[in-house]
Amino acid sequence: MIEVNEEYCKGCNLCILFCPRDALEESETLNKKGVHPPIEIDDRCNGCRLCELICPDFAIVVEEEDKKLTKKQQSKKCCV
Amino acid sequence: MMTDYLEKVKKALGPKKQFIHGDTAVCYGALLAGCNFFGGYPITPASEIAEMMAKLLPKVGGVVIQMEDELAGMASIIGASWTGAKAMTATSGPGFSLMQENIGFAFMSETPVVLANVQRSGPSTGQPTLGAEGDMMQARYGSHGDYQSITLSPNTIQETMEFTIKAFNLAEEYRCPVFVMTSADIGHMREMVTIPEEVETFERKKPKVPPEEYVPFGKGQYGKEKVPEFAPFGTGYKTYVTGLTHNEFGFPATDDQQDHDRLIRRQIEKVTDDREKLTDIEQRDMEDADVALVSYGLASRSALGALSVARERGEKVGYFRLKTIWPFPIKAINEMSKKVDKIIVAEMNTGQIYHKVKEYADCEVVLSSKIGGEVHTPNEILAEV
Amino acid sequence: MKEKKSVNIVSGKKIQEKYLRDEMMPHIFCNGCGLGNVLDYALWAIEKEGLDMDKTVFLSGIGCSSRIPGYIHADALHTTHGRALAFATGVKMANPDLNVIVFTGDGDCMGIGGNHFIHAVRRNLDITVIAVNNYIYGMTGGQVAPTTPEGHFATTSPYGNIEPPFNMSDMAKAAGATYVARWPVFKPHQPINSIREGLQNKGFSFIEMLSPCTTAYGRRNKFRRIEDLWAHYEEKTILAEDHDQIEKFGTQEERKALKDKIKIGVFHRETKKSLEQRYQELLEELK
Repeated sequence: MIEVNEEYCKGCNLCILFCPRDALEESETLNKKGVHPPIEIDDRCNGCRLCELICPDFAIVVEEEDKKLTKKQQSKKCCV
Repeated sequence: MMTDYLEKVKKALGPKKQFIHGDTAVCYGALLAGCNFFGGYPITPASEIAEMMAKLLPKVGGVVIQMEDELAGMASIIGASWTGAKAMTATSGPGFSLMQENIGFAFMSETPVVLANVQRSGPSTGQPTLGAEGDMMQARYGSHGDYQSITLSPNTIQETMEFTIKAFNLAEEYRCPVFVMTSADIGHMREMVTIPEEVETFERKKPKVPPEEYVPFGKGQYGKEKVPEFAPFGTGYKTYVTGLTHNEFGFPATDDQQDHDRLIRRQIEKVTDDREKLTDIEQRDMEDADVALVSYGLASRSALGALSVARERGEKVGYFRLKTIWPFPIKAINEMSKKVDKIIVAEMNTGQIYHKVKEYADCEVVLSSKIGGEVHTPNEILAEV
Repeated sequence: MKEKKSVNIVSGKKIQEKYLRDEMMPHIFCNGCGLGNVLDYALWAIEKEGLDMDKTVFLSGIGCSSRIPGYIHADALHTTHGRALAFATGVKMANPDLNVIVFTGDGDCMGIGGNHFIHAVRRNLDITVIAVNNYIYGMTGGQVAPTTPEGHFATTSPYGNIEPPFNMSDMAKAAGATYVARWPVFKPHQPINSIREGLQNKGFSFIEMLSPCTTAYGRRNKFRRIEDLWAHYEEKTILAEDHDQIEKFGTQEERKALKDKIKIGVFHRETKKSLEQRYQELLEELK
C-alpha cells in the first residue's frame, strides 16, 4: 500500500515517527543520498495517509484502497 | 491598436491641440500607446504624472494604483506586465534609485515596462524642484550586473509625448524596460502639443505554438532572433519567471557558467544588435561645422541657442542632439567626429555622456557642464569654442 | 460513511502527477525541513478547491520558502527579496480573474518586505498568502530574523537574540487581513483546510505556517535531531481555543506555562470588500 520513492527520500524518518500504526521502518537499502528509505511492514497500514502528508520530500505515496475489502472494513479505515 | 480604444483615449484627452506641460505629455503619450496600468509613488517633480494618470486611466478602463514606495511601484508594473498589460511608472532621481533593484529584475526577466524619469538635482534629496540630467549613467548602469537599457531623451513637450509612445513600442518590441528621461524643467514647462490622429503601436509577440512546445526564454536563443515570445499569465502556458539566472525553460541554472553567459549576452545583444536602428539624432548646420555641440534633453535647448548665436557671429558651429542615449550611438558619434575639429558636450551634470563621447570620438572633446538647477546660457557653452 | 468522501478524493500520486514539475524534483529543501509539507498542503487545498491551474499564479520573493512556486506546474513569478506582495498587487489588479497565491517567509515578509506586507493587507487584495515562519534566515545560512524568539541563537546573534520578535499573524490581523490562521506543519489537515478557506475568502488571507528549519535554526538551538525539533514544535504549540480557556479558568501554574506557548488555529475571519472589487465599482461609476 505504501509506495516509497527511494530517490526522493532524504532520510528524515518523520514517516516512521508519525505513523500511528508503526507500519514503517528503516530499510536495509541505501539510496543515492546515502540514507535508508523507509519500508512498509506488512499488514499494518490502514491507509490514513499521514506518512504521505507528513513526508516533506514527496517520497511516499499511499495507494488507493484495496477494493477487495468489505464495506465494513472500509468504513473502519476511513474513520481513523 | 483597436481603433475604438484610441477613440476612447482621444475623447478622454480632449481637444486636439493643447497647452500642456511635460508631465501631462507623458500621460498623453502613454494613453495613446495603449498603457493600461500605472503603479507609482509621488515624488517631485514627477507627481503630476501620477495625478494625471489617476484622473485619465480609469476613464479608459485602465488601472492606477499608488503603491507604498517606489520599490513597490516598479514591482507592481512588472507584475501587471506579466498579465499582458502595458504598464508604466514615473519617478525622479531618489525614486529611480529605489527602483533599481526591480529594474534589474525586469531586465533579467525580460519584462516590457516603461519608466518616465523626471530628473532633478542630486545626489540624495538635492534640489527637488529644479531640473538636472544627472541620471543618465544610472539609466544605463544603475542596477547591478550586466544589461543594456533603451533610454530616450526628449527636449520639447511634443517630443515628450511622442517619445513616451515610442518607449512603449520599444518596450514591447525588445521586451525590456525603456526609460524616458525628462527633467523638472521639461516636466513643468508648458508648450503647445498636437495630439496625433493615428498612433502606430507595437504589441509584444505571443507564442504561436501550444504550451507543450513553448520555450519561454529559448526561442531564438541561438539564432538571429533574440527576443523571446511572451506568454502572459493566465493563458495556460505556465511560465516560471525568475530573477535567478535561468535556462531557456525559465528554470534556475545558477551554477552553470554557460547558461549565464548565453542568457546575459542574448539579453544585451537583442538591443545592441539594433544599435543603428535605434540611433536617433537631430543635426543642424553640421555640413560645414568645425565645432559640434553635442547635447541632449534640456541642455540641448541651450545648445540650440548657442548655435544661432555662433552662426550669427559667423562661427562654424553645428548642432548634434542625441534623442536616443542608450544604446549609445557609437557609429554616428565616430563618423561625426571625423568631420569636425572639436566636440563640445553640453550637459546638466558634471560629465556623464561626455566620457562616452570621448570614448568614441576621434577629435578633441570638451565638456560644458552646468549643475544647480539652472540651464546653460548660450555664451557659457560657446566659451568652450 | 460520510467521512469516506474526504479520504477518497485524491491520492498523493495524483497530486504529484497533476501539479508538480517533474523535471524540478526532488526539491532543494534540506532534510527535515517543513517547506515540502507546506507545498504539499497547498497543493491538496488547491485540488480540493478545484482551482483552474491555467488561471492561477504563484508569486514569491527570495528565501527558502520562495523556491516553492518553482515546483508547481503553473505560472509563477519568483521576484526580488521582500517584494512579492508588491508584484502580486500588480498581477491581481491588472487581471482580477487570476487566482493569486503568494509564498513568502518570515524574513521576506516581516523583514525586508514588512512595508509591502502591511500595505497589501491594508488594501485587502483578494490574494492568499502562505507565510512560512521558521524563525531564521535559512537560505543565507542562519542569520537572526525579525521572528527569532528572544534568547535564541543565530549566526548574527551568537550570544542569543536580544530583540523582541514580531508575531506575524497578529501583525496581519492588526493591519486588517480578512482571514488569519497559523498552523504548524506537523498537523496536515488543519492547514489544508485553512488554505482552502483562504482561497475561498474574497480578501486578503494570511496563513502562517510554523515550519522547522533543521539546518540553520535547529542545530544552533539544541535541536540537533530532526525529531527533536519537530517534537519541540509539538510541545510549544497550543490551540487558540485551549489557550483562551486556560487563561480564563486555568490554575496559576497552568497560566504561567502559557507564556512559552505559541497559539495556533484560525484567529480571524471577516468579510470586507476587496480592492479589485472596489476598483471595478469605480470603473462602473465612471462609465
